[in-house]
Amino acid sequence: MDFALVWFTLVTLLWTGFFVLEGFDFGVGMLHGLVGRTDAERGLAIGSVGPLWDGNEVWLIVAGASMFAAFPGWYATMFSAFYPALILLLVALIVRGVAFEYRGHRDSPRWRRNWSILLTAGSLLAPLLIGVALGGLLRGVPIDSSQEFTGGLVDLLTPYGLYVGLTVTVLAALHGSTFLALKVDDPVRARAHVLSRVLAPVAAALVLGFVVWTQSLASGWFPGVVPILAAVGVIAAVVLVGPRREAWRFVATAVALGGTVATLFVQLYPRVMVSSTNSAFDLTVQNTSSSPYALKVMTVVAAVFLPLVLLYQGWSYYVFRRRLTLADVGGGL
Amino acid sequence: MSTVDLDRFQFGMTSIYHFLFVPVTIGLAVLTAVLHTAWYRRRDDGYLRLTRFFGTLLVINIAVGVVTGLVQEFQFGMNWADYSRFVGDVFGAPLAIEGLAAFFLESTFLGLWLFGWGRLSPRVHLVTIWMVAFGALLSAAFIMAANSWMQHPVGYQLSDGRAELTSIGAVLTNPVFLWAYTHVVLASLVTGATVMLAVSAWHLLRRSDADLFGRTARISLAVLIPGALAAMIIGSELGVVVTKYQPMKIAASEAQWQTCQPCSFSLFQIGGGNRDETPTKVIQIPHLLSLLATNHWNGQVQGLNDLNAQYQQQYGPNDYVPNVFVQYWSMRSMAYTAGLLFLLALWGGWLLRRKRIFESRWFNRLAIWAVLLPFVMNTAGWMLTENGRQPWIVQGLMRTSDGTSPSVGTATVVTSIVTFGALYVVLGVVAWGLMVRYARRPLGPVEPVAEPDERRPQVATY
Repeated sequence: MDFALVWFTLVTLLWTGFFVLEGFDFGVGMLHGLVGRTDAERGLAIGSVGPLWDGNEVWLIVAGASMFAAFPGWYATMFSAFYPALILLLVALIVRGVAFEYRGHRDSPRWRRNWSILLTAGSLLAPLLIGVALGGLLRGVPIDSSQEFTGGLVDLLTPYGLYVGLTVTVLAALHGSTFLALKVDDPVRARAHVLSRVLAPVAAALVLGFVVWTQSLASGWFPGVVPILAAVGVIAAVVLVGPRREAWRFVATAVALGGTVATLFVQLYPRVMVSSTNSAFDLTVQNTSSSPYALKVMTVVAAVFLPLVLLYQGWSYYVFRRRLTLADVGGGL
Repeated sequence: MSTVDLDRFQFGMTSIYHFLFVPVTIGLAVLTAVLHTAWYRRRDDGYLRLTRFFGTLLVINIAVGVVTGLVQEFQFGMNWADYSRFVGDVFGAPLAIEGLAAFFLESTFLGLWLFGWGRLSPRVHLVTIWMVAFGALLSAAFIMAANSWMQHPVGYQLSDGRAELTSIGAVLTNPVFLWAYTHVVLASLVTGATVMLAVSAWHLLRRSDADLFGRTARISLAVLIPGALAAMIIGSELGVVVTKYQPMKIAASEAQWQTCQPCSFSLFQIGGGNRDETPTKVIQIPHLLSLLATNHWNGQVQGLNDLNAQYQQQYGPNDYVPNVFVQYWSMRSMAYTAGLLFLLALWGGWLLRRKRIFESRWFNRLAIWAVLLPFVMNTAGWMLTENGRQPWIVQGLMRTSDGTSPSVGTATVVTSIVTFGALYVVLGVVAWGLMVRYARRPLGPVEPVAEPDERRPQVATY
């Protein structure tokens, strides 16, 4: 069994899962000030992800830790190369995470407004920076023969990477709006619909551009199944308008965002980081992976725990499936 | 300053900060679960109000604990890329398992507990807070397994210029891990109990909800008395194990430059900085160090000079002595604060038996100030174990100076130190402000928990 391939697949699934789940948290964070005009309305928007966002964020932690465990060479080069971007990303995630928890702890309007600003900013910056980093993996950054990054800050801000960052950020915003349309009631629901209608065509244009541009970095002219799926998803999101289509529209944006992220990894394989210096210096699954024993142990662990996680995380989504109204805001602990 | 020094400073700074919040999370999660269980079993509204009260403090604390943990995971790859490449095969696994098994559990069930009031059946709802506590305890296990491997590498082989895992069983049964993990869990319970005691004492002093906070004072003392004692005993046993595998760490903790047999334990020293090999030791207790280090009355402790010479033979020319001043005072700061907490707890226990805990203004005042002690204790403990391993990042296998990221320059690291430093200071002030604010509040009114009703949506706290 090619455990290295198993783990590359798992890492892809973890990053994809992260964006599909935390993606709508990012979107809600970005949009809560727009869909909510009053404090109660904003609280309603944030409350829709309240029980879920922390568990969603763990997908990122596990994606990173899995890279460390299965492909330490990849983890080491990527995280040290993208150091400045990661400083910013961590600040965004820290500020966003604390904002979620602390915003509601005081009644003062200024307190809530400040935390709202930080929540919005963090929710926007995080997918943007992750997108830039993931895009950089495929587009390539200067890497030498000993798997060491040799570039500077400028090399991290590749046009392709920035474009990917923009695309996933807009997609996350769209995904957040379709989630809100599904999870909360009017007036926030109606405003979420409006935002979806505005964001969907923009996202569609970006995704189609992404599919074309990504294909130009690969060989052949036909994009594979995964990018096609992303494109189909985003077009469906444009088309599926209206209150009775909310669930399907959410699925469509999930497919669009998940497909976009997965495309990066599918196109990467069997490389894990492209070297813009010389393709002989590419980091690959083979030259960065852990030993077979370690990969086997990790596979057993994943086989036991991933289904369990999906089960109880799925259950928590079921527990909190009700559509929220303004009457639900306030109270709590 | 070199890149290594900056990297070390940043790792120390972020780890110490992260570990200000982690023991409170573990300790308060367990204690909140206890309170919730008491409410579930006795249907006494007082316990419901206490559960919500301490649950709020738990949540304020978890928020910072979680986000500062992100920095920890990323930092290995960012600042210690060569270390990550060398150990990833072994070290990465516990970290990944920590996420898969523990963090998912803790975070998902925290959401279920926070928002599940009236939404889940009372029995299921009770299980959720216990899952949070269990998840927190489990995550500590895996990170301690990883750290213990750095102190005493087991279950690996060297191949292709890196360490490769050969036995996950060996890693999870590493004696250093088993004792260190137990020690950390006990320290966390001590921390949580001290926080609960301090908050209770504040309310007892002001006679606000005295009856109910008397209950939590009792619970916290019931945990603190055996907990502090056990932490010290387990810590002592851990010391014996560490003497075996990291004798330099123990010798440095005692400023023991010459090999001794038997060995005295000095309570204090004057001097001892800058490689001073003849500090003035104040109050020496004969045989105590032999007992602490080897469990034998006449046990031998190898001296720093002998060990240094031995390691130079074994590993080549270098200075293998860690910072003795830091070691000596870290060990004593940790042990003495634990001792103080134990004595305070005994006093409190005695007052409880005499039913005088409500009246003793001195005890309650001291108990409030004592909230600072566990943080000193925990920080000192980590400094003791991490500083004592230097100059190794993996004992006997890799030097700290060889573990940094070659592509990351000093300017970049300075940027992250300043950025995280500033952010952490602001966060700390905000978190502290919220904790104090909520700790001082009177208990919430009795808000009955509705029966789970399909038609009634969840209550949002935002």
